[in-house]
Amino acid sequence: MIRRSRAGAALLSLAVVAGLAACSKSGDDASSGDAVTLDYWLWDDNQKASYQACADAFHADNPNITIKITQSAWDQYWQNLTTQVAAGEAPDVWTNQGSYYPQFVTSGQILDLQPYVKADNVDLSQYQAGLAELFEKDGKRYGLPKDWDTMAVVYNTDLLKAQGLDAAALKDLTWNPTDGGTFEQAIAKATVDANGKNGLDPAFDKGKVKTFGFLPEWKDGSQGQNGWGNFAAMLGFTYLDKNPWGTQYKYDDPRLAQVIDWYKGLIAKGYSPALDQKSTLANDALMNAGKGAMTITGSWMINSYLGDSAKVKFAFAPLPAGPQGRKSAINGLSDAIWSGTEHKDEAWKWVKFLASTDCQDIVANNAVVFPAIKTASEKALAAHESKGRDVQPFIDEATAPGGTFFLPITDKGSEVSQIVQDAIQSAVLGQTDSATALKKANEQVNALFK
Amino acid sequence: MRATKRRDDRRAAWWFLLPVLVGFTVFYGYPAVRGLWYSVTDYTMLNTPSYVGAENYTELMRDSEFWHSLLVTGWYVLLNIGSQTILALGLAALMHRLTRSVVLRATLLLPWLVPNVTIGLLWMWLLDTNLGFLNHLLGTLGLGPVGFLSDATWAMPSIAAINTWAYTGYTALLLYAGMLQIPQHLYESAAIDGANEFRMFRRITLPLLRPVLALVLVVSLIGSFQIFDTIAVTTKGDPVGATRAIYYFIYEEAFRFFHLGYAAAAAICLALILGVLTVIQMRLLRASRSDLA
Repeated sequence: MIRRSRAGAALLSLAVVAGLAACSKSGDDASSGDAVTLDYWLWDDNQKASYQACADAFHADNPNITIKITQSAWDQYWQNLTTQVAAGEAPDVWTNQGSYYPQFVTSGQILDLQPYVKADNVDLSQYQAGLAELFEKDGKRYGLPKDWDTMAVVYNTDLLKAQGLDAAALKDLTWNPTDGGTFEQAIAKATVDANGKNGLDPAFDKGKVKTFGFLPEWKDGSQGQNGWGNFAAMLGFTYLDKNPWGTQYKYDDPRLAQVIDWYKGLIAKGYSPALDQKSTLANDALMNAGKGAMTITGSWMINSYLGDSAKVKFAFAPLPAGPQGRKSAINGLSDAIWSGTEHKDEAWKWVKFLASTDCQDIVANNAVVFPAIKTASEKALAAHESKGRDVQPFIDEATAPGGTFFLPITDKGSEVSQIVQDAIQSAVLGQTDSATALKKANEQVNALFK
Repeated sequence: MRATKRRDDRRAAWWFLLPVLVGFTVFYGYPAVRGLWYSVTDYTMLNTPSYVGAENYTELMRDSEFWHSLLVTGWYVLLNIGSQTILALGLAALMHRLTRSVVLRATLLLPWLVPNVTIGLLWMWLLDTNLGFLNHLLGTLGLGPVGFLSDATWAMPSIAAINTWAYTGYTALLLYAGMLQIPQHLYESAAIDGANEFRMFRRITLPLLRPVLALVLVVSLIGSFQIFDTIAVTTKGDPVGATRAIYYFIYEEAFRFFHLGYAAAAAICLALILGVLTVIQMRLLRASRSDLA
């Protein structure tokens, strides 16, 4: 009995010592000053390999700095990050996104990079226009750009070919909120009922649609990046009084309501699934199952649609051009340094490397996303082409003058997202009309900033 | 002598209880007190919480989303507890009177053994409007499609049905165990007197099962109020809040909007509601007293 309890005590003390040793490990790194391990967080599992390659290259140049990459899925990423920040255990460097990073700026958790950028003469003009400014506030800089994405139409080539629509026919589509332009004509044509009649046929049965011409995205937050936001921008809609860091949203703009009404028209005509009969599965699953002929997607989905996992053959076409031209949402990510890190200089070295051609060319060659540096973007395009993938529409939109608009960056991003998404869904479900729903949502949203 | 001995026992008992007490204090007591404190602060995880008095509570009372989530939860509890209890009672009675097959009992327990997230994913696919098996069946009958999880009318009943599927077997087993306590001779004499099975169920089984039934109802009612995982996997509170049950509301406030103080206040309200409901239910069913005694 006594013997056993002694053994138990010995084990216990061992465990305690091991625990203490584990705790003090990072402290040792700090005091010795030469061997440093930096924690780096990102959410996209598709990109982990690219950044691991960057980390390896960085470590080769800086043998005293090791990068430890942690990847967690989007849904958990921000919760984990916020919890870690709250606990004072945040990663030294992490990947940021426009809707989420303002809360960390407001709470003083992100290091101002401007002094470092100035001291090291980082050339901000090497990045795709506008990306660096997304992470600026009041002369301070809260991240350096890592990549960007734009939107395009993705379509099932076989289904569209069967209706006589090919790449050439989809290249120069027009759109307006009244009759939907040639874009709606294409959608109608691509919609096929159980009897094989398409949406333009007078005998088309909208109660028995086999393939919908267009799959809208209704879980699209306050931005409509995957749909309505682009169309609204083509009518001249802007989200905010100023972006980034505006405080007055403009969701009550009648042009936005017009876009939602156009979508409702698609549903009424049977070209798109009704929201209350919409699949809970994501649009890419439905596209793969042949339930939809077209949808709007972002360049971060290129590998899902053109990669080996795709069950049918897809291709990309540019968004249609609206009354004010073709406009695609462009969004950029950045890498930021935690203000509480014990290794500011090392972290800056890593962020500078991430934002340099050295790393972004590695990312480009893996052909997953478009890096922020313009020359690296070209390399990504070439890498895609060498794999036989046509991703030109995304690049064309990004480089066309006035062809893109930035998504809103403000405080309270997640609250705004829920209010606006609920309002749009209730309008589409017919619980209220679009104008009333959006007007009410806009009042709620702007009340958050008072 | 006797008294000292008893005291010694008590001291020993404390030692045995200690691990549980420590666990309870660290993992329940302390967080509960912290939660109570946060509910009167403006804590957002990233700030130092400062006292705001009853502000969170008054705000909650004005928040139509909060009331809506309670309403939606009530609707779910009604559907879920109703169907689950009736089905489980029926199953238990059948097992009790017809067969004592272990295989059958094990089979009934199977859905309960599957993790909730898996259940959610499984049913999300089965119930899907476009690719789901159920809508495919309806289609061959010339019906549908029904947006089981996307139609505001159907979404909550569908989630209730999923959880009824998952928990009926387990509930039935609990009730069955309770039925085994009922003396067999009561049924025998009733049979001699010419009572049929239905009458025996109503006059013998139900009344004598009451304490067990009360316990099962209280436990499943509280469990039912805490509906979360199925919603988080399938609908995420959609369409337009039709399935935003109170737990999902609290979760979103805490971990999506990071209004931890507000979420804590909502959680305290929920705890109060559950406490009141439990007391009422125990009173109504006179749970602690058995008619067998």
